[in-house]
Amino acid sequence: MQGVVVLGGATRSGSISTLSMEDNNLVLSSEDSSSPDESELELALGLSLGGTACKPQQHYARILTAKDFPSVGSSVSVSASSSSSSSSSSCSSSLSRANVTAGTKRSADSVAAANGARFSQVVGWPPIRSYRMNSLVNQAKLPATEEFSSLIGNSKNSNSVVGKGTNNCSDKNNGSAKENGRSRSSLFVKVNLDGTPIGRKVDLSAHRCYETLAQTLEDMFHTSTSTITSIRSSGEEHDKATRSSKMLDGSSDFVLTYEDKEGDWMLVGDVPWGMFINSVRRLKIMRTSEAKGLAPRSEERNGRQRTNPI
Amino acid sequence: MNHKRKNPDPSPDSDESTTQLSSPFPDEVLERVLSLLNSRKDRNSVSLVCKDWYDAERWSRTHVFIGNCYSVSPEILTRRFPNIRSVTLKGKPRFSDFDLVPPKWGAYVHSWLLLFATKYHFLEELRLKRMTVSDESLKFLALSFPNFKALSLLSCDGFSTDGLASITTHCKNLTELDIQENDIDDKSGKWLSCFPENFMSLEVLNFANLNSDVNFEALERLVSRCKSLKVLKVNENMTLEQLHRLLVLAPHLRELGTGSLLQELMPRQHSELKSAFNNCKNLNILSGFYEVTSIFLPVLYPACTNLTFLNLSYAALRSDELSNLLIHCPLLQRLWVQDSVEDEGLEAVGSNCPLLEELRVFPASDPFEDEILHGVTETGFLAVSYGCKKLHYVLYFCRQMTNAAVATIVQNCPDFTHFRLCIMNPRQPDYQTNEPMDEAFGAVVKTCTKLRRLAVSGLLTDLTFEYIGKYAKNLETLSVAFAGSSDWGMECVLKGCPKLRKLEIRDCPFGNAALLSSFRKYESMRSLWMSGCKVTMDGCRLLAQEMPRLNVEVIRECGNDGCQADKLYGQERMPHLLFSLFELCTNLETLSVAFAGSSDWGMECVLKGCPKLRKLEIRDCPFGNAALLSSFRKYESMRSLWMSGCKVTMDGCRLLAQEMPRLNVEVIRECGNDGCQADKLYVYRSVAGPRKDAPPFVLTL
Repeated sequence: MQGVVVLGGATRSGSISTLSMEDNNLVLSSEDSSSPDESELELALGLSLGGTACKPQQHYARILTAKDFPSVGSSVSVSASSSSSSSSSSCSSSLSRANVTAGTKRSADSVAAANGARFSQVVGWPPIRSYRMNSLVNQAKLPATEEFSSLIGNSKNSNSVVGKGTNNCSDKNNGSAKENGRSRSSLFVKVNLDGTPIGRKVDLSAHRCYETLAQTLEDMFHTSTSTITSIRSSGEEHDKATRSSKMLDGSSDFVLTYEDKEGDWMLVGDVPWGMFINSVRRLKIMRTSEAKGLAPRSEERNGRQRTNPI
Repeated sequence: MNHKRKNPDPSPDSDESTTQLSSPFPDEVLERVLSLLNSRKDRNSVSLVCKDWYDAERWSRTHVFIGNCYSVSPEILTRRFPNIRSVTLKGKPRFSDFDLVPPKWGAYVHSWLLLFATKYHFLEELRLKRMTVSDESLKFLALSFPNFKALSLLSCDGFSTDGLASITTHCKNLTELDIQENDIDDKSGKWLSCFPENFMSLEVLNFANLNSDVNFEALERLVSRCKSLKVLKVNENMTLEQLHRLLVLAPHLRELGTGSLLQELMPRQHSELKSAFNNCKNLNILSGFYEVTSIFLPVLYPACTNLTFLNLSYAALRSDELSNLLIHCPLLQRLWVQDSVEDEGLEAVGSNCPLLEELRVFPASDPFEDEILHGVTETGFLAVSYGCKKLHYVLYFCRQMTNAAVATIVQNCPDFTHFRLCIMNPRQPDYQTNEPMDEAFGAVVKTCTKLRRLAVSGLLTDLTFEYIGKYAKNLETLSVAFAGSSDWGMECVLKGCPKLRKLEIRDCPFGNAALLSSFRKYESMRSLWMSGCKVTMDGCRLLAQEMPRLNVEVIRECGNDGCQADKLYGQERMPHLLFSLFELCTNLETLSVAFAGSSDWGMECVLKGCPKLRKLEIRDCPFGNAALLSSFRKYESMRSLWMSGCKVTMDGCRLLAQEMPRLNVEVIRECGNDGCQADKLYVYRSVAGPRKDAPPFVLTL
């Protein structure tokens, strides 16, 4: 019962359910409820409802009770939100998010279908043991035979055959086939975007600094984040090229967080890259509002004041 | 042999001459005879014959296999089997290999070791698969069992190379150290240097999956001391030069795992290596081959004559390279390759390996970023099936497949026992006909009567599972992903496969109805895994209630406290299929529903399906007018209907009131507006007509 998409088959009602287990605000969007006309009063299933009583929760996954559901025609009753302005916008965003979620799922589907041999990056698929997966990717980076390297080398990341522990982002492919140097084994970690049921994987060993990682993630989730951020800023389209890694500087609506080996969720960017690599277990792109609670933890951990992530 | 019965049994066995006195054979003889039994299935059968045989068997058993570490406790185990020398333990569900199980799930070996230390003091072998092992456990193991000989860790986690160092330091009688594909914290290769200088008993050493460098001189000395070394699998950091030196020291190796074979080979090195391989007359199994070059492969040819198992799954060979290699491997029985060899490479397999029994083809490139490599198709598989008639085990990752090809393949090789086909794009149909792959797997189960393990993929409807349930009579393990159309599929399997032991399902539209259709089945199975399906907490609870001897575990991943995950899962995932369940509840009189359902269909099911329904109370569900009005005559057989927070509107309520004059239809309005949504609807039958004492906020229609 993990965070994977339930792509229902020929269900009788024909509704498609989109669920995310790792999402704090669950939205079950069915085809019935996607029409935004009655959206004000429409109650979709889930904790964060598309419509009336949506709000950022201070604690996760609280089942809304009748008190949260206004009677017919009443205004949005929002409580426990940090700022009043965020409540209304988050309502519309989570409403749109209901559509976006479905939209995202569909687009992922069509991407998967269109690419033929390319696989959607579903967690745990194809069923190959992580150890083997990492070895395969590792090997694909190192030119095994001359022919092989000409096939593979170009399209891959240019970071290969680097010694361990380098933090320099500008490392390029210097490795010769003769070197016996090894790059670190690939480090695929799951990354989830709040509100998107499909988890993806990113190879952390292909990066040497936070910037490239954030950029990769933003590209990966481009559809979702740009759509959502565009809703927030009244419909402006964000040009992909003009965006820098907003997730790291705090200007985006989303921040990048990770779960470390001890199970704590931390903001990405606090610690040196090498330390981060060693302790990261998985990533999550969270809404900025949700991530506010993370700051104190890392303060305890690192014992220093931190205002913005790097 | 006669039964020995101490206690007279009223039901005589058919062909035994039972005596009421003690038999001529003392217990020890029976035990001695039974000790020759090795197969655990035989032993299990034997233990069921009678109490004496049960006792004799339990005293004589020295090896125990536990397929699920949570199916039995250490206490129960040690109580039943007092003389165990070798234990095999498997822990986590198999899908944990693919990151579907969160960390810290369980399967800790430590509690077992604690009890073994007292009860099985002379334990010699421990083989663990998918268990969590800590460095403390390894140290405890090393210090508690003076006779300890063999440690095998496959796909385990939780330990580091420090733990290995404890083993190598303290286990004086170690013969086997097999560390494979674990999630290990690889700190250093120092563990190898911890073998004492006089240590010489090692027969099996496999550290192929450890990345840290080991001290080569220490390894060299170890290999030269251990004259009985049969299996040596080094890691990829070993150079050709080092490999050569090892081969010279250990020409009697049966299994060799090479390191990386990437370096340039000078002619002298080339011939030296070739002759070293030539001297390895006993070599049966070759593996490793990290980053191999074409130049290197001919060096191996002399060693391939007696090869039975060739593991090239870490080497991205081209078809011609494989082909040239296979010419020298006439006796090959098992072959693991990457799909870089493409269909031509598999044609070479078909041509050169008539004795092949097992083939595994893994994807060569990063499956997420494939752009260039084509992999293998149905053509390659077909070619193998034409040439290798003895093929009975296949694991095949491919990007396209057809029903016709699979049908032909199983006609060529009807003896499949393990058929694991993975079409890597989920839900991909037959690429030629665009139809589901149902007929492919139908052919497999119809033709391959000995089939024990099956993994399905591609676009599959319930028909596949109908076939499986109907024909796969020997099936023990079934893996399903992104398949099926409805509960019916899973029901077919549960009802149909008598020997089913492991069922693992991910991302299929199977829900509670399927889960609960044959819950007694689970007692004859080792385990069931369902993730990404449509099962809800309520379904799980029902199962747990009905079957107290089952452990029903739900993995909740919302990850934070304050999360009412029970309710969360139970309610947020209640598709109409659950309501289909209620269709079966023929005695249901009162039903309360909250925050559930996905569409009108759910409520319609209930109204149509529960004949004795009298009270229906619904809050905060997406049921609207269609549902309300679907079976309005129903309400006359009911005491009342309450709906609040649903999608019913005033118009719907008015319509209902019109159609059913004998019903009182009351709407509670709490907002003061004449809004369109009927927030709270209360419907009940009455012979007294509309009530006269309704307060202002109740609107009687």
